[in-house]
Amino acid sequence: MKRNAAGLPLSYRLAVTSRSLAALLGGYLLASMASVCISLLLPLPQVDAALTGMMLSFVFYLLAFIWCFACRSAWRAWLGMLVPSLLLGLLNGFVYWMKNP
Amino acid sequence: MKEGFRQAMAWLHTWTGLIFGWLLFAIFLTGTLSYFKDEISHWTQPEVRRHALDPVASLGLAQRYLEANAGHAERWMIRLPNAREAALEVSWREPGSGRRGGVSKPLDAHTGQPVEVRDSRGGEFFYRFHFQLQMPHPWGRWLATFCAFIMLLGLVTGIITHKKIFKEFFTFRPGKGQRSWLDGHNAIGVLVLPFHLMISYSSLVIFMYMVMPASIMASYGGSTEGYFNDLFGREEVPKVANAAAPLVPLASLYAQVQQQVPGAAMGYVQVYNPGDRNARVSFTQSVAESIAYQRSATWMFDGATGQLLTQGAPESATMMTAFSVVGLHMGNFAGPWLRWLYFVFGIAGTAVIGTGLVMWLGKRQLKHAKRERLPGELRLVEVLNIAGMSGLLLAVAGFFWANRLLPMAWPGRADWEVNSFFLVWLVALVHAVLRPGRKAWGEQLALGALAFALLPLLNGLTTGQGLNHSLVAGDWAMAGFDLTALGTGLFLAWAAGKMLRAPKSVAKRAPRAPRATVDSTEVSGC
Repeated sequence: MKRNAAGLPLSYRLAVTSRSLAALLGGYLLASMASVCISLLLPLPQVDAALTGMMLSFVFYLLAFIWCFACRSAWRAWLGMLVPSLLLGLLNGFVYWMKNP
Repeated sequence: MKEGFRQAMAWLHTWTGLIFGWLLFAIFLTGTLSYFKDEISHWTQPEVRRHALDPVASLGLAQRYLEANAGHAERWMIRLPNAREAALEVSWREPGSGRRGGVSKPLDAHTGQPVEVRDSRGGEFFYRFHFQLQMPHPWGRWLATFCAFIMLLGLVTGIITHKKIFKEFFTFRPGKGQRSWLDGHNAIGVLVLPFHLMISYSSLVIFMYMVMPASIMASYGGSTEGYFNDLFGREEVPKVANAAAPLVPLASLYAQVQQQVPGAAMGYVQVYNPGDRNARVSFTQSVAESIAYQRSATWMFDGATGQLLTQGAPESATMMTAFSVVGLHMGNFAGPWLRWLYFVFGIAGTAVIGTGLVMWLGKRQLKHAKRERLPGELRLVEVLNIAGMSGLLLAVAGFFWANRLLPMAWPGRADWEVNSFFLVWLVALVHAVLRPGRKAWGEQLALGALAFALLPLLNGLTTGQGLNHSLVAGDWAMAGFDLTALGTGLFLAWAAGKMLRAPKSVAKRAPRAPRATVDSTEVSGC
């Protein structure tokens, strides 16, 4: 592997791994949070809201992947996943608590 | 990734495509075969005879057979013959036999007698492999669904990479090595783009309850039961009363359904607690009748009195959307011509993945054209390309050869067909490891050509239902299979011929590339 690895330092490889994990796991968290948010907030019957949330979740997952590999650094990739996830998570928690006191 | 957005997307396209390419190729190929699942099963179980469709008579035959042979079962299921499946399939579950303990028999739709068919999974094998990958539940479904997501990602990043997508669509330069592969990859990708987007997104929707369950958990708590009851409607069936009451003729209930929806074809009929006072009979409309699954198209009867009790609840607009997306993927509604279109599109999808894998390697091989041996990682990709593509084709052929050659009474026959598939695949992998790249391609493709082209002959010799019979009798499923196998054989022979002839130096052609109209960033994108 070393022969071909010329010009690819370890830091670059770690950054790619970090971005991949951010996309895979962070992106999944973001997509889940977004789908929960949609299914809790949409003024539709429960099953329709859940369906819509799940169907749209993949759009968020897709955008998350694109962001993670398009942004300038691996740190930004993680930030882009975790900050919106946290905000959506807080919102979800609040709405869930309002619905199920 | 240090560069611009388009380069980053090209990088993502390249590497996700490489890592998941072989799995995606197998998923697409077997999925494409699954559009002809019933026709493949007809070929693998040629003992079942086709008769004119007569649902009323079929219901009478099924009821007579089940009353005589499964009187004490807790549930019967009758699948009526249709344009694609000739058998009248009855199955039942004995009380206390658990979820999986069921008996299933194909009946002749004319005589009502069980048909002695060879033990085979037929088209069902490819269908199951397509989304379960022969892995234990639920890992195969998870992996296959993730592959579908990678396909969707590959399409979107591919579109971003090739921004001049429609201009390039009219650019095809054959006979130019790497350049032709890229043009072919782009042309097929763009031409079939709507299908590709639909097929990969809809696979996500099919298993979204499994891979993205957060919404269900937030709305329904830990159990998915409430969600499925809301989505599909709950079937209320009372417990057995242990008081005998004869089951009304199913044909009379069928007539009642026909009054409600004249001309509707029924897919299957379920009888709960047959012969009991609490018997219930449900009729479900054939999935071939609409794009979307229709939960409203079920009718529940009291089996002792013949009274219509309930009809399925109507669907909401959101449900119709989700069911339509799933229905478009399955293509159950498609007639013969649309089904062939699905098949061709599926092949195109397989080809986009295959050309992508070939290009990845070809581009990197150029740098090592002067060396005698490829570096290890490129050789690994080469071996996996060969085993993953031509090896898989050989495995498919191996499955069909095993179906015709294994003795009828062989114990575990159906399992051995599946084993043959994987054994042939394994041998192809070993062969690809042992032989130099181009020779391995050529030899496997040549063997594949023979294996497919001889299938019609093998079929004729072993069953007497070869093309000379099926074409005359108008058995288009059988003839279509044989002709498709023949066509596949001819195509593989052409491909093998290209590979086995002395290779023109690809490296020499590379310097001519600047004449091309595509700017170089796009080439580096592949």
